[in-house]
Amino acid sequence: MKAFSRLLAGLLYTPARNSKLRLLRAYLAETPDPDRGYALAALTGTLAFAEAKPAAVREVARRRVDPVLFDLSYDYVGDLAETVALIWPTSGGMRDLRLGEVVDTLTLAARAKVPELLEGWLDRLDAEARWALIKLLTGGLRVGVSERLAKAALAEHGKVELAQVEEIWHGLDPPYRTLFDWLDRKAPPPQIDAGRLFRPLMLAHAIEEHELFALDPRDFRAEWKWDGIRVQIVSGPNGTRLFSRGGEEVGTAFPDLVERMAFPGVVDGELLVRRGEGVAPFNDLQQRLNRKKASARHIVDYPAFVRVYDLLFEGEEDLRHLGFDARRARLETWVGKTGLATGVIDLSPLVPFADWEELGRHRLSAGALNAEGLMLKRADSPYVSGRPKGFWFKWKRAADTIDAVLMYAQRGHGKRSSFYSDYTFGLWTEPGGELVPVGKAYFGFTDAELAELDKWVRNHTVDRFGPVRQVEAGLVLEIAFDSAQRSTRHKSGVALRFPRVARIRWDKPAGEADVLETLVKRIPA
Amino acid sequence: MRPETWVRPTPSGLFVEPGGFYIDPSSPVDRAVVTHGHSDHARGGNRRVLATAETLAIMERRIGADAVGSTQALSYGETVEVNGVRVALAPAGHILGSAQVVLEWRGSRVVVSGDYKRRRDPTCPPFEPIKCDVLVTEATFALPVFCHPDDKEEVARLLRSMAVFPDRTHLVGVYALGKCQRLIRLLREAGYDRPIYLHGALIGLCDLYRERGVDLGELAPATEAPPGMFAGALVLAPPSSLGDRWSRRMADPVLSFASGWMRIKQRAKQRGVELPLVISDHADWNELTRTLDEVGAPEVWVTHGREDALVHHATGRGIRARALSLLGFEEEGS
Repeated sequence: MKAFSRLLAGLLYTPARNSKLRLLRAYLAETPDPDRGYALAALTGTLAFAEAKPAAVREVARRRVDPVLFDLSYDYVGDLAETVALIWPTSGGMRDLRLGEVVDTLTLAARAKVPELLEGWLDRLDAEARWALIKLLTGGLRVGVSERLAKAALAEHGKVELAQVEEIWHGLDPPYRTLFDWLDRKAPPPQIDAGRLFRPLMLAHAIEEHELFALDPRDFRAEWKWDGIRVQIVSGPNGTRLFSRGGEEVGTAFPDLVERMAFPGVVDGELLVRRGEGVAPFNDLQQRLNRKKASARHIVDYPAFVRVYDLLFEGEEDLRHLGFDARRARLETWVGKTGLATGVIDLSPLVPFADWEELGRHRLSAGALNAEGLMLKRADSPYVSGRPKGFWFKWKRAADTIDAVLMYAQRGHGKRSSFYSDYTFGLWTEPGGELVPVGKAYFGFTDAELAELDKWVRNHTVDRFGPVRQVEAGLVLEIAFDSAQRSTRHKSGVALRFPRVARIRWDKPAGEADVLETLVKRIPA
Repeated sequence: MRPETWVRPTPSGLFVEPGGFYIDPSSPVDRAVVTHGHSDHARGGNRRVLATAETLAIMERRIGADAVGSTQALSYGETVEVNGVRVALAPAGHILGSAQVVLEWRGSRVVVSGDYKRRRDPTCPPFEPIKCDVLVTEATFALPVFCHPDDKEEVARLLRSMAVFPDRTHLVGVYALGKCQRLIRLLREAGYDRPIYLHGALIGLCDLYRERGVDLGELAPATEAPPGMFAGALVLAPPSSLGDRWSRRMADPVLSFASGWMRIKQRAKQRGVELPLVISDHADWNELTRTLDEVGAPEVWVTHGREDALVHHATGRGIRARALSLLGFEEEGS
């Protein structure tokens, strides 16, 4: 637990990705099995202990220390694991505890025994290790490690390609012994059950007009870029699973889809909500995504379906090495024969075009279809996981913009930590009225512009709240965004998707920035 | 005499009525007794000030002799009478010159701890527990989650980090008065003998400590040195400069901060601190509660900090305890 606590603290304090990778690699190299596997599972959120809920931890602590002092401390610290770790009355540290021992013991323990076990462990560990133990048990580590970063560390540890790890990752279970045996050159790659496996997706690069026009249109096929969430349907004899783009299972929120899909194969598509003949705005899908379990009401009000655009496996047959055209032909046949019959799958059509100008005209109608733009796929491109160069491109419809006023600035992280680089901007309630914040932008400017903005913030500060500065209403930022949505969480009632700074309008008086109404009108009905 | 009849909190600070003086007043008064030189305790504009010679020197350095007023220096253990109230100063172990104020009037004794700590500090004499009828205590870290580790271990962690990242600048946030000089002494005791670079705001007080006989080894201003020099160097700066423009010339700095608040991980994280050092000039929970036991006061008044917890603890031990809401004390020097 000592090594694990050092790792967690290091990851927590280190903002830089490369430093995090170095910490993870060192831990994987120095820690024996099964501990490192369980640590990895904890970091990627795949380790869960049903019997060790936060409430149970809290009760154990309140029995051992004065409950009034405990509550005052918890109020002050704000984090349960840290409060219990620091307030625990023994100094501990005599005998370390292996992660494997914790997992094995808890797996076998009766629920009623858990408090007693926990108490014994807390007595035996020092404050740092106690913190790590409670984090491990209650989950939600929040140390800034994504699943992808963990996989990158594994790949570096074993000197293999990231894609090789990704290909099998979702078929493995903690503590990943077969994976480590392979990475340590002690065994061949793990054999996994293909019927339940998420296959990492193929992703596209953004492309601008001038880059596009240099390509030969005959080499490419176009589809709409639908504004839903990317999903992979994996169906086989052991049932059907619906994965999000990161490999997370989202099927429980969409039982209406999963129960109607039973076919052997792996399909790639966009999860959308239907409205009339067309596709509903993203906000409708958001209503479904916000819930872990779908209510009958939601299923009727927001009918979901999957618009498919690629076929990775048909039955057992792996099609990923085929070119796009060949896969597309198989997909179209498959949709006609199997997909449509489910009632919850349809085909994403190809958008025909002779040249880029014609396609550009199609792109203008993307908004009306609730599409984000166009996808361009090389006719001969195989299906390669990750973001390979030169195969798939996304050509988004032109971003919308508003002129907003800078309201607050916050210092950034890492190499931006001495710069005010996170900007909250707002719009006027009416001409001559008040400013209401509508969003936050972190990027879109060059390093030179950042230095200028930083200087402006420092010279126009009117108030400070910790790391945040409030500034005079004196600088207009032209904010580009992909779409505007209604929001109950924001005071303004509007939320922006992908806001970024398009231009700094040094020239424009703040009073001439847009009013909120201008933005509200852009929310799709 | 019941103590609350002659010592009471007022908007200007703790007032000793028969003596006609305030302790650490927050606004200008005729007569002040000052426990130590931190700016929230030692303010300017008073007519007469009583304090240790070290505290008076610190005040003169920070706010100028004119602003301090007319001064009277008192050594530890020496007693004076002010309008019939006997006043003595005893070491508080907080920073150079820091003192507890021992007050006696008509057979009752009140001790005002000021800010204090109980562990060893190479820059000042240790806290002396004094039996009394009322202890007026600080409560900056008065929660049982605050249990400061051994400062030698914390310094060792800093030195280890410097060994692991020999090309990076270690930029440590320290309060200008007290923490800065104590950390330098601790580093020297741990065998670190290279020059230590100082932000301009720290230089004056380091000079003062040296004049008072605290050996700080070789120090150099960080402001004049060329940027390249800081690779592998140790630079001390006030906490407010850590994430500031000033730090941009450092070589990929490891941001560190020496403070009792660093015990709370999220506090460190919020400040962007990569290497938190839990080194405090205030008593932690165990020191606070141990001090209550040692002075044996049947009554305790708790001033600035987390009063609720200490009042609760004292009450549970049969001590009459209450919180005094004194205004104007901040977290400087924590």
